Amino acid sequence: MGVGIEVTNLNAWYGSNHTLQDINLKIPANHATALIGPSGCGKSTFVRCLNRMHETNPIARVTGTVRIGDMDIYNDAQPVEIRRRVGMVFQRPNPFPTMSIYDNVASGLKLNGYKNKRSLDEIVERSLKNSALWDEVKDDLRSKSGASLSGGQQQRLCIARALAVDPEVLLMDEPASALDPVSTSKIEDLIFQLKSQYTIVIVTHNMQQAARVAEETGFFLNGRMVEFASTHKIFTNPSDKRTEDYITGRFG
Amino acid sequence: MAIKTSSFRSKYRAATDFMVTGLAITATILVVVPLVAIFVYLLLKGASSLNLDFFLKNPVPEGESGGGMANAIVGSGVLLGIASLIGVPIGIGAGIYLAEFGRGTKLANAVRFTADTLNGVPSIVMGLAAYSLIVIPQQHFSALSGGVALGIMMIPTVARTTEEMLLMVPNMIREAALGLGLSNWRSVLSISVKTASPGIITGCMLAFARVAGETAPLIFTALGNAFWSVNPDREIEALPLQIWVYATGPYEDQHRLAWAGALVLIVLIVLAVSLVRYVTSRGVLKGAS
Amino acid sequence: MTRIRFQQSLDQLKENLLVMAGLAEQAIQRAIEAYRVRDLSICDLVSRSEVAINRLERDIDQEALDLLAMEQPMAIDLRFILSVIKINADLERVGDSAKSISERVRSMEQMPAVSELPVDIPRMATLSAEMVRKSLQSFIDADPELARTVLMMDDAVDTMNRAAYKTLTKLMEEQSHIAPQALNALMICRALERVADHATNIAEDVIFWIEGSDVRHHKSVMAQRQSAEATG
Repeated sequence: MGVGIEVTNLNAWYGSNHTLQDINLKIPANHATALIGPSGCGKSTFVRCLNRMHETNPIARVTGTVRIGDMDIYNDAQPVEIRRRVGMVFQRPNPFPTMSIYDNVASGLKLNGYKNKRSLDEIVERSLKNSALWDEVKDDLRSKSGASLSGGQQQRLCIARALAVDPEVLLMDEPASALDPVSTSKIEDLIFQLKSQYTIVIVTHNMQQAARVAEETGFFLNGRMVEFASTHKIFTNPSDKRTEDYITGRFG
Repeated sequence: MAIKTSSFRSKYRAATDFMVTGLAITATILVVVPLVAIFVYLLLKGASSLNLDFFLKNPVPEGESGGGMANAIVGSGVLLGIASLIGVPIGIGAGIYLAEFGRGTKLANAVRFTADTLNGVPSIVMGLAAYSLIVIPQQHFSALSGGVALGIMMIPTVARTTEEMLLMVPNMIREAALGLGLSNWRSVLSISVKTASPGIITGCMLAFARVAGETAPLIFTALGNAFWSVNPDREIEALPLQIWVYATGPYEDQHRLAWAGALVLIVLIVLAVSLVRYVTSRGVLKGAS
Repeated sequence: MTRIRFQQSLDQLKENLLVMAGLAEQAIQRAIEAYRVRDLSICDLVSRSEVAINRLERDIDQEALDLLAMEQPMAIDLRFILSVIKINADLERVGDSAKSISERVRSMEQMPAVSELPVDIPRMATLSAEMVRKSLQSFIDADPELARTVLMMDDAVDTMNRAAYKTLTKLMEEQSHIAPQALNALMICRALERVADHATNIAEDVIFWIEGSDVRHHKSVMAQRQSAEATG
């Protein structure tokens, strides 16, 4: 089951660049929440603060609190622990090129010392089914490498890989932007199904996608969160003029 | 008017194209020909002296005919084994540090500078260094000192190649590993290094091939041994060393054996590299990009 | 500002709707005038403008549909186009009502004249026409407050219509020889009441467009009071 995320007074810097300013918001459990905004507005940085991935950059710094469920992820746990509870899918599909499909999906578990062969098989199958890829690859699990699949399949493989670790939250940074429309629809349908088990945060440039997939949407601009409301409200009658200007395409 | 000009231009372009292609082909030939020529020459000069004795017998006393270079072949093997045990782990370790953990730090810059300098040190100086550091305190020559000299010579090549290959691993692969909750070192070893391993292995092979033919460092360290020996604590014979001694000696028999030895040296190096390539390529999956 | 082409398309759509509005408003003015002076030639004018109004309705709907499909409008743009489509339909109905009135006038001309019927059709007409004018003005000015005043005027017209119904039906019972004229008058009142309703719809659509709030189907205060009296 997914958990809610509560962000309080989050500020982030890359060196002296104040990338995120005073972000406050509550992301509901088992919902898909979309984050939209022009390039460079901080939405990707924000998402990377949710699983402490921004820390991989040595000049990154963060203040404020992020609670995932009842855990304060900056004070109560180490990044490695957090990242097992909060999975991430990236913009470009990035399966491990030296590994088979099976090994890719199992990598999060195997490389952490998980040894039980039978349950690994089950977990791999379940993850691939949950990411709507099982039928397409079930006969080639160990013989095909992760990188030999098509773009859309690779992305679903990355989703399966993230799901295999059994996270509670799934972060998706523009997951379909590198894919064709058919693959994009498949991913969107997938998100719809995954909502019941996970909490999903999806960064997207495609507003129609946010509208199709997410219950709530947050609009970011210049490092601040300008408006956070139900997707329905944001796209039919937003409260803030800046939001309206962005979604009607009048700027940005 | 316009038609004439454009036809001239296209003719000019075609001619330039032809000339440059010709130059490229010539350059390629100029590179390949010496290699082929050397190999053919060695074959002509040395193949006649190759017989079973060459591979099974030790050298006979000076002046006599017959005998072989069995001890030299095995000795080279021992020396290269010691060298690899030193050069490969240290080199790969340094390369991993440079690429993954120390990026941008002063220490990394120092390490890189040191490696590049080490690479430029003449091989005889390397031999002298091993002589002072190992032979003199131990008060005797040894295969160990020779192996150490060769091993240190392997380090810079292995380290720099490892670093280059690791840097070529796309960052998004690293991010994927970290995003799964893998610790940093686990991500480096199981993902980055594994992805870069074909290139890293190539680097090791390059270093190996280079030191396999080195003679100067062995002069004051391994020294050479007329008899069969695989003891790391004793003097040991090596193919390049033996070739040099025979080639510069007065006896015709020895000259012939030297040619044969040179041929065998090159063939063994090529075989070793090919074997490693074959063994490691079996592990690479079909269809990987 | 980006999407200049889109903005121009929206402006063009608004222009076209205003042409349509002008025709509809003119039709209703003419119909009322035709009633006032009993001039049949004006009735002809009204009938002819009906063709133009219907064609414009089709064109505007097509234009709006294209914009929806091609431009993926959001928020206020989406509400605007939706309002245009609905106002378009209401204006076409206003045109229909105008035609209906002019037809009633025509048939009344063929009947023996009657001394003034006890209904104040001119006043109803003035009110309804005023509502149409104001609702269209609120669209032009994007003025929700002006639109709200139109909503409040609807009650008055409804009341007048109900009163007309009562008096005319009573008249028809008592003086059955002038029943046809009375019936025509009644139908004119009904047409005018419908015009007022359409004007109200237009005003509601303007409020929806500007404010994003749906104020449809508000019950008039008087109707609520009346039904309370009737039952209570």
